[in-house]
Amino acid sequence: MPSAESRLRITDESGVTQVGFIDRNILDEANIQQIGEELAEIIDADDSPKLCISFANVDHLSSAALGTLITISNKIKAKNGQLRLAQIDPQIYEVFVITKLNKLFEIHDTTEDAIKSFG
Amino acid sequence: MAAPSTDINDQAPNRRRLPNERPALEEAATTIVSEAEEMGYPQASCFALRLAIEEAMSNAFRHGHRDLEPDADIELAWDVSPDRITIVVEDQGPGFDPETLPDPTAIENIEKPSGRGLLLIRAYMSSIDFNASGNRVTMVYLHPDKSGD
Repeated sequence: MPSAESRLRITDESGVTQVGFIDRNILDEANIQQIGEELAEIIDADDSPKLCISFANVDHLSSAALGTLITISNKIKAKNGQLRLAQIDPQIYEVFVITKLNKLFEIHDTTEDAIKSFG
Repeated sequence: MAAPSTDINDQAPNRRRLPNERPALEEAATTIVSEAEEMGYPQASCFALRLAIEEAMSNAFRHGHRDLEPDADIELAWDVSPDRITIVVEDQGPGFDPETLPDPTAIENIEKPSGRGLLLIRAYMSSIDFNASGNRVTMVYLHPDKSGD
């Protein structure tokens, strides 16, 4: 387990791990690294992980945070798992569009929609 | 050929040397964004500025200072005026050629976890320029109501 205080809110429901962020600004590289490590632990603990990451209340997101999401996505794919992103603020969604990562990730308006989409 | 000023202070008189410590970086970024807010820049501008400042400072430490001592600092300089904001970030590294960076949106790069900072800066700023050695970036943001669009 990470020794530092968790940067994530994690709940498990109907086989889907729902993840939210404690921080409104995901900019601090040390925090981003910790987030990546915490998510990796979740993925490692599941044979076929289903992860729904909510960006509710997130105001700012750096390219380093996007990089961590990609690493997480690759880990989940490697385990034949599924990843959904949800509740992304329009300004942050634009960051996904600029980087074309809106094509890489499956993004839903609401967490409910995201959870329904899991196969 | 355009001859950009060689003196950081000519373009951006407010100046601060910053260590790679989160509170100092956060405070500097917040100072510039707050000045923009006070000058009447809209929230979308402040979002753009915050992102560009964070990405530029992050690039300076992650890439520019890759081979330097961890305590090497960067210089941040800025000027906020009613029609434009100029932000300069200079690191102590050897510099790089921004033209050689791969396109992070290309299909072969889209799943790579890094290389998007400069793309975001270019997308959100009105213009960006590097000095000849590539260790100093000057970012200009024009007020959206006054940029003539």
